[in-house]
Amino acid sequence: MTVALAIDQLRKTYGNGFEALKGISLEVQEGDFFALLGPNGAGKSTTLGIVSSLVNKSSGRVSIFGHDLETDIARAKMQLGVVPQEFNFNNFEKVLDIVVTQAGYYGIPRRQGLERAEFYLKKLGLWDKRNVSARMLSGGMKRRLMIARALVHEPRMLILDEPTAGVDIELRRSMWSFLREINSKGTTIILTTHYLEEAESLCRNIAIIDRGEIIQNTSMRSLLQKLNTETFILDLQSDVEQLPALNGYRPRLTAPRTLEVEVDKEQGLNNLFAQLEASGLKVVSMRNKANRLEELFVSLVDKNLNQEPA
Amino acid sequence: MNNQLLWTAFWTILVKEVRRFTRIWVQTLLPPAITMTLYFIIFGNLIGSRIGEMGGFGYMEYIAPGLIMMSVITNSYGNVVSSFFGTKFQRHVEELLVAPVPNWVILAGFVFGGVARGLAVGLIVTLLSLFFTKLHVHHLLITISTVFLTAVVFSLGGFINAIYANSFDDISIVPTFILTPLTYLGGVFYSISLLPGFWQGVSQLNPILYMVNSFRYGILGVSDIHIGIAFTMILIFIGLLTAFSLHLLNTGKGIRS
Repeated sequence: MTVALAIDQLRKTYGNGFEALKGISLEVQEGDFFALLGPNGAGKSTTLGIVSSLVNKSSGRVSIFGHDLETDIARAKMQLGVVPQEFNFNNFEKVLDIVVTQAGYYGIPRRQGLERAEFYLKKLGLWDKRNVSARMLSGGMKRRLMIARALVHEPRMLILDEPTAGVDIELRRSMWSFLREINSKGTTIILTTHYLEEAESLCRNIAIIDRGEIIQNTSMRSLLQKLNTETFILDLQSDVEQLPALNGYRPRLTAPRTLEVEVDKEQGLNNLFAQLEASGLKVVSMRNKANRLEELFVSLVDKNLNQEPA
Repeated sequence: MNNQLLWTAFWTILVKEVRRFTRIWVQTLLPPAITMTLYFIIFGNLIGSRIGEMGGFGYMEYIAPGLIMMSVITNSYGNVVSSFFGTKFQRHVEELLVAPVPNWVILAGFVFGGVARGLAVGLIVTLLSLFFTKLHVHHLLITISTVFLTAVVFSLGGFINAIYANSFDDISIVPTFILTPLTYLGGVFYSISLLPGFWQGVSQLNPILYMVNSFRYGILGVSDIHIGIAFTMILIFIGLLTAFSLHLLNTGKGIRS
């Protein structure tokens, strides 16, 4: 299988001496839907910034579909589309002009650029707004405009940095469906997001970066299998004054009718419900306290935080 | 990228630049027309008639080439400094940085955008000057090449200013405190032969003097400076500023962290 993105011993130290990346190495396979997660300031944006040629690296190598970003830069950039976190288009330009101009930067003649712009703007529901100045668009429309702009040269790999930040649920779901569609047609996607539910739902492989180091790089499935404990929130039918004794479980009363219970993976839930029944407690509803990836993410980052820095 | 792709990328930047300054023509094309008309009326008509001849020509005729060059200089510089700084400020410079556009194509696109505005304003001011005086072009090739190369020099200057600028104040400091004084002291309104010897020597350190005189030679056939020296100076400036601009782009100064 072709390697879409190869990062080798990548380091970045900013002018103020801050070491943002401490020699990370990473591979993303062609066709993958890959999540790069990490807390704020962990090094995600620096990594993607270097891959996108927006940040100068200090050392290391990056290649995109085998084209080195230093020695074969034009071919490497041709393979890549970037949707940044911040809006970075000219607010005073028309939507259509923004997309067609970007096509021109990739050497696509205007007529062909117009055809592709029409296709992607229609696909992303922005064709009606093509002659509107970009500043008049809503936040969600601006995000979709950046996706259309990133796709106009039909890259083999798409980087999305927080693509659904500040986007309402309905639009988020429609963007997910669009991203799944282009991924199924072969576009490799690398995603950063703070919505871990989004990463869990979309991505097949994942890397977690913290304090400039990769602390996990595996498939989403094997990572989730590492989750040993889940916390459930149980809504009770009536008030409880005293915490019930639940042998083997770790319960906590957070409100008179709300019980939080930590359950180990091997314990299962049958015994928990049997004990609740025996205590005379009726459960009205139940949900996870956090999504599974979120629990793992927090535990991994916490663990890394407690380690002595090298 | 092959030549066709490079040309498309260059043309895209140039068209975008021209579209920008024509879209806001009230801010870019109209003000120099009004300002230069006032110069022609006040300095040329009202005061110039009392001054008499300069360099063997009526005062209005003498200053017209200088005023055309002044507008070309300020507008080519102003176009690139404001456009490229705006591109940085709004972060849409990233559209160019992620794309496979070589740095020299980025530079050429913005510089030719500045040249386009400089020449457009120069043409407007030339047409306006014909309402006040007669201009007979003495040497067409020198006239056109001087105005073009001067626009290139100041577009490059504007580009470098924009790279270093961190605020809107930074893009007005150089035009206000350096460019305007050098232009006024660059022989637009007088011949340096009127100055005492010492100040003639000082004036020769002013690069704008060479450009204004070269252009005046192209139109009127008179110059305070040898034309060969003027062209050599202009070409040296273009070479140095181009090399420095490319160095800044290659290192990512002001645009890459």
